[in-house]
Amino acid sequence: MSDRLKEKLQILADAAKYDVSCASSGSDRKNTGKGIGDTGSGICHSYTEDGRCVSLLKILLTNHCIYDCAFCVSRSSNDIKRAAFTVDEVVALTMNFYRRNYIEGLFLSSGIFKNADYTMERMLRIVKKLRLEENYNGYIHLKTIPGASPEMVTEAGLYADRMSINLEMPTESGLKMLAPEKSHEEVKRELSVIRNKSVELADERKVIKSAPAFVPAGQSTQIVVGATPESDMEVMYTADHFYKTYSLKRVYYSGYIPISHDTRMPAMGSAPPVVRENRLYQTDWLMRFYAFEISELLNNDHPNLDPEIDPKLSWALRNPGFFPVDVNSAPYRSILRVPGIGVYSAKKIIAARRFGRLYAWQLKKMGIAFNRARHFIRYADSPIQLNEKDPAIIRQTILEQSTCKFRTDQSGQLTLF
Amino acid sequence: MVTYLFDSTFPGLLTAVFESYAARQKEINVIPAAGYQPGFPDTAVTITSDPEKAQRVWDGLGKRIGNAGRYEFYTAFFSESSEAWQHMFGYARYIFDHGGERAADYGNRHVLAIATYARKVGRERHRMKAFVRFKKGMDGLYAAVVEPDFNVLPLIAGHFRDRYADQRWMIFDKRRRYGIYYDLTFVQEVKIEPLPAGASRVAAPAAMLPDENDSLYTSLWQEYFKSTNIKERANLKLHIQHVPRRYWKHLPEKEPGFL
Repeated sequence: MSDRLKEKLQILADAAKYDVSCASSGSDRKNTGKGIGDTGSGICHSYTEDGRCVSLLKILLTNHCIYDCAFCVSRSSNDIKRAAFTVDEVVALTMNFYRRNYIEGLFLSSGIFKNADYTMERMLRIVKKLRLEENYNGYIHLKTIPGASPEMVTEAGLYADRMSINLEMPTESGLKMLAPEKSHEEVKRELSVIRNKSVELADERKVIKSAPAFVPAGQSTQIVVGATPESDMEVMYTADHFYKTYSLKRVYYSGYIPISHDTRMPAMGSAPPVVRENRLYQTDWLMRFYAFEISELLNNDHPNLDPEIDPKLSWALRNPGFFPVDVNSAPYRSILRVPGIGVYSAKKIIAARRFGRLYAWQLKKMGIAFNRARHFIRYADSPIQLNEKDPAIIRQTILEQSTCKFRTDQSGQLTLF
Repeated sequence: MVTYLFDSTFPGLLTAVFESYAARQKEINVIPAAGYQPGFPDTAVTITSDPEKAQRVWDGLGKRIGNAGRYEFYTAFFSESSEAWQHMFGYARYIFDHGGERAADYGNRHVLAIATYARKVGRERHRMKAFVRFKKGMDGLYAAVVEPDFNVLPLIAGHFRDRYADQRWMIFDKRRRYGIYYDLTFVQEVKIEPLPAGASRVAAPAAMLPDENDSLYTSLWQEYFKSTNIKERANLKLHIQHVPRRYWKHLPEKEPGFL
């Protein structure tokens, strides 16, 4: 019995690992009535050897699937071992892992067997059993099955902390090419079901405090990059649109890992585009936490991110007129735009300068990347600068001083002219 | 410069702050009494920990910097560093002398040091919330052993009490030889005394043997850990940065010979 369970876990964890979402934060479920579990700011309980965090038990209910999406390892035409968990097996695994403090909760996805509603109904049974019978208040991330009925999706939202449905490819045309049975329209429809219900219940909560919690950690989606030839601009404009229209909490970017001999996609064995993925996440962060408009970072003149330097530095070098920023007088938003200063130190600067002008030694102690920032700021004892520094020289200086974490493995990523 | 010797406890440190005002002394070295080497002439003042005086300083801090600020200050204490304690003393004096808004004066070395130490200890506290691995015993007790860099058990007790409210658990700090135990109602500190010299090891009582299913779930966890890794993206440097080697011996997924 236990050997078969182990094999199922191997198959269904392996098939689920390409979904990169790992967040366990954003929900505030309390452990009421001496049950088990709660949620808060999220904890990464371990990290795999690829450096990704393990926060949730991330599994598929089954990898049987009626769809044949070319980019997916569980596609129906792929000759692989298939398996399916029973409802009780998923519940037992979740509870026993949770009680040993291995995980923050469950991430449950599934291949589609029979039809969407049949699959969604099984998943719903698992989350209901966890919440209602096991008195479990830990985190649950549930995938919305494309095509599931609004009633089913809405009911699931009463038990899950987060729900997500993947866009897969950055553009509709890219998706149509590789997965003719799927569409962005369908994803939009499912995302709106949850969004509308969330808005409705939030309004209700203003009047009746006890209105039920509904997907408290919000919705997210995932875009696979590098399988189809879209530019960074196309990827990020899609992300920006979905952030704004569907109030998504997160968009994940997943560098495509070749899993098929399909000639429309990168060949088996080619390295996943990790540098590009990293730059996309940096851009995402600049949009969400640094008040950048996406059009400032990517536009028709700059449709792709610079792999050598991060997008914030890249923006700064393109906009020398914005600098230098005086840390002793500039507004928070301007300080945030300085390469080498993050949210944490920008806030410290704003707080500390009320008590006196800030000098270089204090900025260094606050933890800003001084060697990078010094080209863009003025402080109490900054050296007198007679002529404007040439952005090309600044770029060169910074590149020489920094050791890029990717420098050794850039070969797979960069097609060098 | 005057030297204050205190008992390395948090109330002791707060008492030192109180005494410095009572004695109208300002330039003070605050150091742990344990391991102190008296010089000549010996002018050190021994501070006797006093709960009432400590409480007054604690309340005074609360009034000036609020609960969040006070918790940060408290967190820094668990760095177990005499340098940090000196900064805490300086910080408290700075707040009392100049007002609570100075808690944001990161240009001041004491204020910045408290933030830095609190961050360090906070990181270890967070790691322990992540890296505790319970084993289930036959009597239903979930037990874990840890060896944190800082003394963080007092800072994580509440988290585990709230989360695992329906199971008895114990977390034992092997380095500091004490643990915290939750009996379904309260969390309390437990000490395990070393065996007296010459005593032979006694067999563990049946209750301390692992539950029959425990090894199954440990091995399922190890299997899961392996299967969820993407080999094509191998990045051991990042892996070790997030899970430093010194924690491996208490993590079943990093058990030697398993991977």
